[in-house]
Amino acid sequence: MNVYLKGLGAIGPGFANWAELGNLLASSEIPSFGVVPHPQGIILPGTERRRASPTIKLALDVALQAIQVSGLDADKVALVFASSNGDTDTIHHICETLATLERFVSPTRFHNSVHNAAAGYWSIASRSMQPSTSLCAGSGTFSAALLEGATQCISEEVPVLISVFDTAFPDPLYDITPAHKAFGVAMVLDENPGNAIAQFSIELSQEEPDTLSGWETVRTDASAARVLPLLATIAKGKGTVVLEYLEDLGLKVSVTS
Amino acid sequence: MQSLAISHYTMVNALGRGVSATLKALQNSNSGLRRCDFLDAELNTWIGRVEGLEDEPVISRLKDYECRNNRLAMFGLRSDDFESTITTAIQRYGRHRIAVIIGTSTSGILATELAYRERNPEGKLPPHFRYQTTQENYSVTDFVRSYLKLQGPAFTISTACSSSAKVFATASRLIGSGMCDAAVVGGVDSLCMTTLYGFSSLEIVSTSPCRPASIDRNGISIGEAAGFALLEKPENRSRLPILLGYGESSDGYHMSTPHPEGAGARLAMQRALQCSGIPASRIDYVNLHGTATRANDSAEDRAVTEIFGRETPCSSTKGWTGHTLGAAGITEAAICCLTLREGFLPATLNTTTVDPDFGMNILLENRSQPVRTVLSNSFGFGGNNASIILGYATE
Repeated sequence: MNVYLKGLGAIGPGFANWAELGNLLASSEIPSFGVVPHPQGIILPGTERRRASPTIKLALDVALQAIQVSGLDADKVALVFASSNGDTDTIHHICETLATLERFVSPTRFHNSVHNAAAGYWSIASRSMQPSTSLCAGSGTFSAALLEGATQCISEEVPVLISVFDTAFPDPLYDITPAHKAFGVAMVLDENPGNAIAQFSIELSQEEPDTLSGWETVRTDASAARVLPLLATIAKGKGTVVLEYLEDLGLKVSVTS
Repeated sequence: MQSLAISHYTMVNALGRGVSATLKALQNSNSGLRRCDFLDAELNTWIGRVEGLEDEPVISRLKDYECRNNRLAMFGLRSDDFESTITTAIQRYGRHRIAVIIGTSTSGILATELAYRERNPEGKLPPHFRYQTTQENYSVTDFVRSYLKLQGPAFTISTACSSSAKVFATASRLIGSGMCDAAVVGGVDSLCMTTLYGFSSLEIVSTSPCRPASIDRNGISIGEAAGFALLEKPENRSRLPILLGYGESSDGYHMSTPHPEGAGARLAMQRALQCSGIPASRIDYVNLHGTATRANDSAEDRAVTEIFGRETPCSSTKGWTGHTLGAAGITEAAICCLTLREGFLPATLNTTTVDPDFGMNILLENRSQPVRTVLSNSFGFGGNNASIILGYATE
């Protein structure tokens, strides 16, 4: 299965966009992993920007970076948004409220708690009526999103924006949940080769997944960060990686320029 | 579009375990709704609760997955010989060639809600609580895949109330692009405080059994359900229901209110018709999303009337099952398979007077007639819409 990469976005520990992450990945020095820049939710109108959670803003900011790089119109791409944890702050607050006597769940918090909230905000802000799927697969969430995005791109002959994001839960869930540092990555996939950053050839694989030397503490934290071996290969220009997907199944991606 | 045969299907909901329980209740007009008696929820509403979940833990080899949602999934897998059908499919295709795509909106969040009540004085959660195998939205798909011992591609689709309609589109694409040969698709959503209190705070929960499309409809009744289907490439001359088309869209309008003209719903139905190559005039029945909120039903009426006119029979089956949220798509797909098999169209239970502003032909009585091709709608929060077309292959 072949698709073309048209846009990339990334936010995580020590980088605010793909250019910064690409430089870190290309450098021979061991990265120091700084703080995660605060996502802004730039695509949202002011009132919603103030109310949106950090998870939603992260999903939207990496998506916007990728769509800007691609040069495609935001309302012309199908959406695949993915996160293993979902909106961590919102879920925590709802569970906390439900443990009180009143159990009054805020209506806004409730509709923000759905797994597809970030994708919903994106389609509202970009006035998109395109198909939109939100999904997860534990630590294999990135691979699942790439699989759904690529099959959709080819089957429906439509460019697809994938945004994969994870944020940390607050206490008391923090200790027993994955993703202690936020990580977001977005890609625009297209079946048309014009202006492509790279070409992906994608297949399921039973080979052992690749690790990424120097980056393992980040790669094994948030599910979105499982993308790192692929991003390092894109930074190099070409190569083949097996991404972590499910316990007994990986996703093999060959990158050519 | 890769059409797919629905080789086998099963469902569990407030009407009982297995497809025959649902068929019998539909034919006898017996609703599964009851006054809310779920745990200690103090809400003046009606719910579609599945009986017996409290008494059957998940099997011991998967005990880490213990929670109400995975119990409900297991009820489904144990109904209608679904497990043995999958064993046969494994012999045919191999474990690696069968995908598992399950829809859910809240997975096992009830486990987390209850754990938060048990926090110790330092605020820590009880040691028995497990996040990844209960609350995390992938838990239910992981459970189903492990239970059936499948090893193909898998993920959870979570787009609120359209989740388990969209699984059909994903399965078609995965099989069509050669990533697998068959797929177990489904939906599982169980009662929890998040949805009961959350929908209540939005003031869209009815104080009586829900009355879709009724002049005096005043909100949803929340239900729980599990449903599964085995999808494969169709073989010639088989008399199985076929996934003939699907359509997906976004409203791009509002997080919890549908577009008032039903623009996104209309686009999903149009895309499903276009995908199938079947004209609207050949659809024998529309199973509505029909939640019984003022806004959903009137927006859906606009969209359906514009595409199908005023003659095509339409109904919502949520008066029987309640709105089973992330399991609504698969539940109503399975009901559509029954309409095809039985030549039977269900009414809109609990509704006696249709909203006079509506153009749709809302069925108020069960009807017997030949049924060849049907469309089912599922719409969710975030303005997420999916329509699927099921029917027999054209000769």
